Amino acid sequence: MTRVSEHLNQALHDLMESDPSVHLLGEDVGDPYGGAFKVTKGLSSRFGSRVRSTPLSEGAIAGVGAGLALAGDKAVVEIMFADFVALAFDQITNFAAKSTSMYGRPVPVPLVVRCPTGGNRGYGPTHSQNPQKHFIGVPGLSLFEMTPFHDAGRLFSLMFGLGRPCLFFEDKVLYTRQMYPADDLFGFELVDDVARVYLDGAGRPDCTLVTHGGLVHRTLDAMRTLLLEDDLVCELLVPAQLYPVPHLPGLEDARHVCVVDDGTAGGTWAAEVATTLYPRLWGRLRRPITLVNSADGVIPAAPHLEREVLVQADGIRAAVKESLS
Amino acid sequence: MIVTAAPARSPRHALSDEDLRSLLLIRHFERALLRLFEQGVLSGTTHTCLGQEYIPVAVSALLRDDDFVFSNHRGHGHFLARHPDPHGLLAEIMGREGALCGGVGGSQHIYHRRFLSTGVQGESLPVATGVALKLAGTGALACAYIGDGTWGEGAVYEALNMASLWKVPLLVVVEHNGIAQSTPTSAQMAGTIAARAAAFGVRHHHVSSTDAAEIRQVLAPLVEAVRAEPAPLVVEFATHRLGPHSKGDDTRPPEEIRRAAESDWYDRCAKADPERFARIDREQRELVERVVAEVSARPHARPGGAA
Repeated sequence: MTRVSEHLNQALHDLMESDPSVHLLGEDVGDPYGGAFKVTKGLSSRFGSRVRSTPLSEGAIAGVGAGLALAGDKAVVEIMFADFVALAFDQITNFAAKSTSMYGRPVPVPLVVRCPTGGNRGYGPTHSQNPQKHFIGVPGLSLFEMTPFHDAGRLFSLMFGLGRPCLFFEDKVLYTRQMYPADDLFGFELVDDVARVYLDGAGRPDCTLVTHGGLVHRTLDAMRTLLLEDDLVCELLVPAQLYPVPHLPGLEDARHVCVVDDGTAGGTWAAEVATTLYPRLWGRLRRPITLVNSADGVIPAAPHLEREVLVQADGIRAAVKESLS
Repeated sequence: MIVTAAPARSPRHALSDEDLRSLLLIRHFERALLRLFEQGVLSGTTHTCLGQEYIPVAVSALLRDDDFVFSNHRGHGHFLARHPDPHGLLAEIMGREGALCGGVGGSQHIYHRRFLSTGVQGESLPVATGVALKLAGTGALACAYIGDGTWGEGAVYEALNMASLWKVPLLVVVEHNGIAQSTPTSAQMAGTIAARAAAFGVRHHHVSSTDAAEIRQVLAPLVEAVRAEPAPLVVEFATHRLGPHSKGDDTRPPEEIRRAAESDWYDRCAKADPERFARIDREQRELVERVVAEVSARPHARPGGAA
């Protein structure tokens, strides 16, 4: 059994060992600290100056990563809390992403910016966000998120293979969970890099849910209750690539689609997913796609208040039940 | 060869034909752009470096082929001093065939070989620091041109801090023309650039000469040290912008514009060596006229086919 944080750590070790052109930069990423969430543990001891603990300068760290990429190397940049990626917005959107196409020919910028996201840990309004939505629709920029179903090594190779900068979101609670969760009810498979979680032998589900890595466990909890308490069969699709929204397999047969997104309401990833699905499923849908998001508000520090703002299993269950009623 | 104490050469005569060609190519190119704007054949905006041409001419001769150059919104001179390709640059600005970047980048976004410009103030310095990190120890350096106004951006300080901590070969060329668009330095900068560089333990050198050959002589050992140590260096040029920020947006009082004009290298060089100057001046003016005529007649550029 491997925790997601350990799995990511191993993937970074493998990546840096197999590709000497990879650099890793971030605040407190060096040993013995090994990063705020220990994902970079052991890397500086093994790979020396290719791993740099940096000053508190998210913008410049992203810029330095882009510079290394421009000069022919590759860079993994860690933003300690995803909230702080706002400080690197210019470097990521105006420089790294645009450089891939604003010079009239493809310019590779192999840069992965890792962003630990999410709440439910009581860190409060500036250490708990899911800022994915702020980066949707930036030309030249791809968004990925870690899930318990996807091999991180494969994701790194996919991201670097694109030759354009990627944001890689990693939910902080997910770090503590196991990879490839075994479940007595649901099985999973990968279909074209999208994880499909399904009830074995159940046939056509009542509802197909779509979510991102950080919400997998809360969504599975909801699916379990929906099955056992409400007699509703759900299936779950979890793409590791969030944007551009990839092809989500099997939806032609869906009775209902519900997108669950931990970002706060308004201009959301869930809405972007629905936008890509409507033309494809138009004429088959019986009702509008259900969108579940965190509330339109800051994320409070006190656990009882935080819980009310963020998407929880009971909220997902209620939304599915309501839309199918 | 007998080495004696160098006679006090008149710096005016130290300019080579090549220097003059480069200075005058940039001067006539920028003048042509302002004319083309008046005629309504250019779109968007442009920022000319009239009066500041000697800076990239002085600096470029100190650069090697494997150095990386980062430029900004006022970058035509930086480009032409590095790559004397007025056809490609004008085609880029006009969106014509043969454009350096397929017409996508325009005046402010050029990437050609190891020359890259981008239009957000201060954005290039962290990127240049990353490139310099890669170049450290190879003898090559990253050179970034910025203005005095750029020192308002936090990215400058984040980058200087890292460049100094990590001892990377970063040459920051500051074109301090005393005005940021319409705001005089006195209204936008507290303290000095020298003191700001000192705060990061970064070497700083102030240049008040407008003579490219003389400047080069002074800078050569300093730039060599950037490569050899390696270590960052800030070179601050006290210079004057003769023209407007972009086009027709000069709000300076006439006496200030006159003062800027008095510092222009053009008249000084013309007086110093009238015959040679007149010959090269005519040659470059005619070259730019031909470039304008040729490029204007080309079909529109399509991205993907860029050089």
